Amino acid sequence: MSTYSVSDTAATAAPRAAVTFSNLSGSYGVGLAASLVWLAFGLSCLYWPDVGDWSRTSSLGIGAIVIAAFILFGTFSADYLGGAGQALRKRAPWLVAFGAFITLWEVATAKFAWLPLPFFPPPQSILEVYTDDLPKLLDSVFASIKLQLGGYIIGATVGFITGVSIGWSQKIGYWVHPVLRFIGPLPATAWLPIAFFTFPSSWSASTFLIALATGFPVTVLTWSGVASVSSAYYDVARTLGAKPSFLVLKVAIPAALPHVFVGLFMGLGSSFAVLVVAEMIGVKAGLGWYLQWAQGWAAYANMYAALIVMSLLCSGAITLLFKTRDRLLVWQKGVVKW
Amino acid sequence: MVVQSAAEAITYPAVGAELDIEGVSHAFDIDGTTLPVLDNVSLSIAPGEFVALLGPSGCGKSTLLRLVAGLEKPRSGSLREDDARISGPHPSRVVVFQDPTLFPWRSVWDNVALGLEAQGILKAQRHRVDAVIELVGLSSFRNAYPHQLSGGMAQRVALARALVNDPKILVLDEPLGKLDSLTRIAMQAELVALWQRKGFTTLLVTHDVEEALVLANRVIVLSDRPARIKADIAVARPYPRHRGDPYLADLRKQILGLLGLEATW
Repeated sequence: MSTYSVSDTAATAAPRAAVTFSNLSGSYGVGLAASLVWLAFGLSCLYWPDVGDWSRTSSLGIGAIVIAAFILFGTFSADYLGGAGQALRKRAPWLVAFGAFITLWEVATAKFAWLPLPFFPPPQSILEVYTDDLPKLLDSVFASIKLQLGGYIIGATVGFITGVSIGWSQKIGYWVHPVLRFIGPLPATAWLPIAFFTFPSSWSASTFLIALATGFPVTVLTWSGVASVSSAYYDVARTLGAKPSFLVLKVAIPAALPHVFVGLFMGLGSSFAVLVVAEMIGVKAGLGWYLQWAQGWAAYANMYAALIVMSLLCSGAITLLFKTRDRLLVWQKGVVKW
Repeated sequence: MVVQSAAEAITYPAVGAELDIEGVSHAFDIDGTTLPVLDNVSLSIAPGEFVALLGPSGCGKSTLLRLVAGLEKPRSGSLREDDARISGPHPSRVVVFQDPTLFPWRSVWDNVALGLEAQGILKAQRHRVDAVIELVGLSSFRNAYPHQLSGGMAQRVALARALVNDPKILVLDEPLGKLDSLTRIAMQAELVALWQRKGFTTLLVTHDVEEALVLANRVIVLSDRPARIKADIAVARPYPRHRGDPYLADLRKQILGLLGLEATW
């Protein structure tokens, strides 16, 4: 019966999708506009003289014109480019908006200094950071990833095991629950001063803090996930001959997984905050430290450059988590698309 | 007809077990007060028999099933399967609940394989899973997830999940209660066919008098809570049965009378 309804909706949905697609492919206008905006950005770089001393202005201008050419080429040959062509077509409105924004930014900073320098550095100075300060930036990226990954994996593992244990066993819950209630809500950053002199190194202290920030939400949500599993599932499994280990591993944990992923997501968010603070205060490496260092030298372009990298990393980490979830929880319907 | 189904069952490995319920009483503690649900229920069910338990809503029918399944222990009295005391759940007594309670994270095949997997014999017995999915007619849905199934299909998967264990006693707790009436009639016929083929002893809880009469060869009418046995009625009619059969209509009237509903029939 459900197959009928599925094929029904597919049949009615198909022509509608085709209509919107032909609308999109019929209009090369947006792609053309995107190309023109990027051309304008390139020309704005090259045409007016800079108000300051930046070495990458002409490279940026030429780069923007190359991008404009690519967009133009891509727009008119999208039908032959397969997935990449479709992706370009879909993102063309965004390319227009972003091109316009970056042109305005260029003009308002490097060309006419409408925004006060050096607090608002022009795009070319950020590009300069990426080309000239790359080794230091990459070192910081790797240091941050290493610290974050170590702390997060420890925190998520411990949190998951603790959550399953207190969700499953009342005896363990009796002892762990009060500790969890007492320590958990404390922001992990509040431990900073203590952690940095009780741990042998600032790196281990930061790992502990990140693990703590991750562990609390993972524990609580895993616990609530395990505790909220319908007893009917256990009844079914027991009448089919399941032993306690089967009930935990094959019933409680899979049923709790959607909750666990919410905990992992929340833990990731709060661990980012701890990571940056820990790097700023204690660890002499990583993007947080890079930000701090750039501020000390009033190197504002470096700060913006580091912020952009940090944002891409955090967003990438969340994307990775959501992709993992989508793979593991294919059986769920209607999950949030990130 | 009982004789014929029993004779047929001999050719299959799973032959129904005898079920003896002796003087079983049970109660629940709710907020400090004791609520009796079963009062000295005694019932003996022969191997391969199809027994329906009928009674008013909330009378303790489902509790009796949970005791038979071994999910709970009675306050007093004893339950025996082939003279072995029932002390806990066992795959020889499988329950199909009113809700299919399929595991949403498992495909149809993996749901059906659950019992064999839990008993650690899945690797050697994979063909049994395929066979029973075929038996309930869901071969083309073996890789589907429960949320993709209709109510009737989900309940057929639940049935397959029970049957794959070759139960000696199949315990059915209103398994068709939530289905639409057409699906329900079709599944009643399937249930009878399966029972005749496999020969397991069947204990069905229902509050649908007609369903009990179409399916069972014995109908037990229970009283209001705490449940006691009010009547034990043999339904001596061959299968397939016809809903319009005057003999069944007569029994129906009699049973509705026992349930205090004689005016409504």
